Order: sequence, then structure tokens, then C-alpha cells
Amino acid sequence: MTTGTLNQAHALPAEWRDFVALTKPRVMSLVVFTGLAGLLVAPVALHPVLAFTAVLCIALGAGAAAALNQWYEADLDALMKRTASRPIPAGRMAPESALHFGVGLGVFSVLLMGLATNWFTAAILAVSILFYVFVYTIWLKRRTPQNIVIGGAAGAFPPLIGWAAATGQADTLPLLLFALIFLWTPPHFWALSLFVRSDYAKAGVPMLPVVAGARATRVQILLYALPMAAVAVAPWPLGLAGPLYGFAAIVLSAAFLLLALQVLANRSADPAAMKPEKRLFAFSILYLFALFGALVADKALLS
Amino acid sequence: MSPRDPVTDEIRRRQRARATVMALALGAFVVLLYFITIARVGGQG
Repeated sequence: MTTGTLNQAHALPAEWRDFVALTKPRVMSLVVFTGLAGLLVAPVALHPVLAFTAVLCIALGAGAAAALNQWYEADLDALMKRTASRPIPAGRMAPESALHFGVGLGVFSVLLMGLATNWFTAAILAVSILFYVFVYTIWLKRRTPQNIVIGGAAGAFPPLIGWAAATGQADTLPLLLFALIFLWTPPHFWALSLFVRSDYAKAGVPMLPVVAGARATRVQILLYALPMAAVAVAPWPLGLAGPLYGFAAIVLSAAFLLLALQVLANRSADPAAMKPEKRLFAFSILYLFALFGALVADKALLS
Repeated sequence: MSPRDPVTDEIRRRQRARATVMALALGAFVVLLYFITIARVGGQG
């Protein structure tokens, strides 16, 4: 008997580790990093305790959104190999436990953010959680292949939240960073969805490769990568970042475009022959880490 | 003495582990709230 069936048979309470797993800690690391970068490049220095709390609230808010996403999508997750072992589809946690945990964590993160920094930042955090849950998860994901294009906005909020926590307002640089993640999301997810296409098809999720095919997806990846690269470089000529960032943005974006071109050149529909797609997916994560890291390093050098 | 039910034992173990994690989280929250208050009051001074 597996742990999952044992849990279902005896209605065992979920392990605390499963609540941690529900927050998708690996995805959270990128959210936390971009949020921290937004905070560090802001022109106003925040007290270290308040800065720590702001980043903690970003992490908790992302965790809450992930928990609510898994509560709503448990039926889909059960159908996909990649997600079938998550706490709810695996039977290790009751769905209502995930719902209560997600709502509680979300409300807590927004209130703590408001108390520690300012209510404008708390409002953006609340919007990002609600956007991910209601707009992406509930409204778009099962209805349109544009799901991650619009839904990607939810993941683009952290640098804006970090900046707002320090300054109390939004500005050109954090809005550019928002646009960067917004445009980065489709190539990142479409590269993944190309080589796990059968999973999405089996679950009936209308991801672009399922609806429009691999060729159209590969074209769209490049079409989004081009404006993404332009937005990535933009802070330098606009005088919002220095030459270190400018150099890093040019080199990293050129590598991203090169990998997107390799994806475009690949004609295979067999996941085993999708090395360019796997390379682009892996690099896209490194790209965002390196770009935001360069922005912070650039700011440290300039000051 | 009646034999221990392994399911009840497992329930108790999980409840204890969750209660411990919750207590640690609450303790950390109290400490954090204290330092937030100090930081905010200091910022206004």
C-alpha cells in the first residue's frame, strides 16, 4: 500500500513537508531572487529587517498562489506524469487543507507586507496572488493557448513589489523589469510545453503546442524572444543601468536568441529529439538569474 | 495492556510534527514582529 492510499484509507493528516511542497519552493527561488533584485536596485535603502520581511512576504505570497493553484488543478495534476506526485493528486493531502493553507498564507503575507513596508506594496502583492489564482489558474489555463501569455503577468510582479517596498511607488525601471519577465514567460513555458506536449494533451490543457502544433510554437518562441531581448537591454541606453548590466544583457540575450533560433530550426516532434528546446528551457532560468544578478552588481558598482 | 494501533501512532506522530513546526513558525513570527516594530519606530525617530 502506498503512502497516498494509506492516507486516503485512514484520512491521515498531511505531513508538514507536504505543505512546504505545496508552495513550489523551486519556483519560489526565482520569484524571491527577482523580488530581492527589485528591492536592491531601488534608489532608497530599506532597513534590513523590513527588507527581509518584504522578501519573506513575496515568498509567502508566491507560496500561497502555488498552493491555491494546486488546490484548483488537482484533477489536471493527477493526469500529468510531471505533476501526479504532488501532495493532493498523490492522496497525501485533502484538497480543503490546501485551500485553507493557501488562503491563510495569502492573507498573512499581504497583511505582514502592509505592516512592514507600505499598503501600496501590499496591494500589488494581493493583485499578483489574485491574478495568478483567478485570471491564470481559474479563467485562462483551461480555455486558451494564450494562458501563459496573459497569466505570465502574475510572475512578473516581484521586482515591482521589491522596488515599491523600498520606495512606496512604481517607476520606469521596475516597469521594464515587469515587462521583461512578462515577455520571458511565453518562450520559457513554450519550450517546456514542446517536450511535455503529450502530458498537456492528455490532461486537455490547451497549451500552444497542443492547439497550434510544434512549428507555430517554435515561431512564437522567437517572436517573443525578440522584444524580450530589446526590453532586457533597454535599461542601459535609457540610463537606468550601467555598462556592466548593458554588457551582460547583450551577451545573455544574444545567447537566448541563438537558442531560440536553434529551436526554430528543429523540425522534430519527438520529445527525445528536442535537445534545443530542453537547452532553451534550462538556459531561460539561468538567463533571468544572471540578468537580475548583473543588475544588482551594476548598481553596487555605480554606488 | 492493549496493543498500539499503528495508524493512531502515525496520526499522533504527524500531529506532533505539525504542532512543532507551527510553534516554531509562531515563535519566529513574534520575534520578527518585535524587530519590525523596532525598525519602524527607529525610522520615525
